[in-house]
Amino acid sequence: MLGGRRFSPAASLALAAPFLLLLLVVFILPLATLLHESLFVPSPGLGNYAHALEEPVYLRVMLRTLRIAFLVTLLALVLAWPLAWVMSRSRGLGLALLGAAVLLPLWTSVLVRTYAWMVLLQRNGVINQMLARLGLIEQPVRLLYTEGAVVLAMAHVLLPFMVLPLYSALKGIPEDYPRAAQMLGASPWATFREVVWPLCLPGVTSGCLMVFLLALGFFVTPALIGGPQQMMIATLVSQQVRELLDWPFAGALVGILLAFVLALVLLFRRAVRLDRFVGQA
Amino acid sequence: MSGGAPNRAGRMAVNAAAYAVTVFLLLPTLIIIPMSVGPERFLRFPPAGFSLRWYAEYFRDPDWVAATLFSLEVALLTALCATVAGTMLALALVRGRLPGRGLVELLVVGPVIVPHVALAVAMFLVFERLRLTGTLLGFTMAHTVLALPFVVFTVLAALYRFDAELERAALSCGAGRLATFRHVTLPLIAPGVVSAALFAFIISFDEPVVSFFISALDRKSLPRKMFEDIDYNISPTLAAVATMLTALTVLALLLGFVLKRAAERRAAARSG
Repeated sequence: MLGGRRFSPAASLALAAPFLLLLLVVFILPLATLLHESLFVPSPGLGNYAHALEEPVYLRVMLRTLRIAFLVTLLALVLAWPLAWVMSRSRGLGLALLGAAVLLPLWTSVLVRTYAWMVLLQRNGVINQMLARLGLIEQPVRLLYTEGAVVLAMAHVLLPFMVLPLYSALKGIPEDYPRAAQMLGASPWATFREVVWPLCLPGVTSGCLMVFLLALGFFVTPALIGGPQQMMIATLVSQQVRELLDWPFAGALVGILLAFVLALVLLFRRAVRLDRFVGQA
Repeated sequence: MSGGAPNRAGRMAVNAAAYAVTVFLLLPTLIIIPMSVGPERFLRFPPAGFSLRWYAEYFRDPDWVAATLFSLEVALLTALCATVAGTMLALALVRGRLPGRGLVELLVVGPVIVPHVALAVAMFLVFERLRLTGTLLGFTMAHTVLALPFVVFTVLAALYRFDAELERAALSCGAGRLATFRHVTLPLIAPGVVSAALFAFIISFDEPVVSFFISALDRKSLPRKMFEDIDYNISPTLAAVATMLTALTVLALLLGFVLKRAAERRAAARSG
């Protein structure tokens, strides 16, 4: 500790000033302006919010967003668990290679990864070419612009956010615990259910929350991989703003999304360890 | 060990699943690379030959080049601004007595928690009114806010890693605040600061959502240009761009890894 050698409150504020100024102008002001618009235009009140929640078309988009985010989280959990487990039991080169396999996608452009899925899934894309060559199909199958494609591609893009917290939770489980359980006669399944799973639950919560939150507001992948039938809330917001110029209504949609996200974060604030995703490279 | 056989089978199954997931993670991006050197107008796997035609197409197209240069400019400025502002804030958080500290910490995680589409639309609204859409200033400010949390976390980690006694020693030997920072603190946290700048650069250069909304017709970032091209025609030029972007990411990650190793070695040398 520096004791009396710490910066004075005034000096500390001066150091924080550029940050505070930037966040005030480019974070707080824009969000406040948009939310103000949603509450006061055309008339003060919750009219825009009521419109969003009463109109079946918009309600359907919101329910679909929740459903897709849930499915993406579930798929990511199922895919991430074995990888995180093997990573947590690896050392040296093996760990480095598995880690690279997780970090490289994390830092590769979301657009590149989404584009890759479009190349794979389109009508004359790689998967259809393969299936045709194997004689499994006569006509190309429609893969793009389906809910399954959206879920698959989003789970792929968000997978690293599930693997990393799972890995750090699993790494904390000493080798001896599962071994002891098995020595005492527990089956592998019982060992998993009674010993490993309860101990990695904090990582599961953290990863699921992170993926679910990111999926709720995800824009790029659903906008490109999904069609109008798979529209999620982010695409709806974009459409309101760019095509219909309906700022107050878009503001209400953003307000609903924000309320949802903040409620989840507050509910699980212990599980959200954002600093985990930094300095991993 | 008891129950050897089912145990081993189970372990092999988990291992197989883990490696299958690794392939799932990497394959879609990697498959683009061979496809980008195919000579045909339609992307095909495996490619029907080898040609750098689509790479040449990219460099010859003024739109692609302009978008790339603009993104480079924005990313460099963002790295600079975010690193300076973020390092200053990290210092205030660790070495200072910041009034309203809890609120400031909340602000740090704000841009990570708020969905980017919400932030993008809000920025679009305000930037339109201030005539900041499609400008270098607008892009730099927006991307700096998105990159700041990562810079702050990275520099905080670097500051916590070294012994504050070293600063105390310099100060009690009569060095001023600034001299202490320049000759003691900065050299010690330098690898952290550089990797923070690297993070900020990649975040800005790859940023698709805010860029999508605050671009102008004549002034757009590389991700926005990619977005438009993906949406309208999946041309092989995109495969070439995607390959080059992935290569850039690999380079940046390797650089980050080398820096991290250097920082750890330095920390070990000081404490050992």
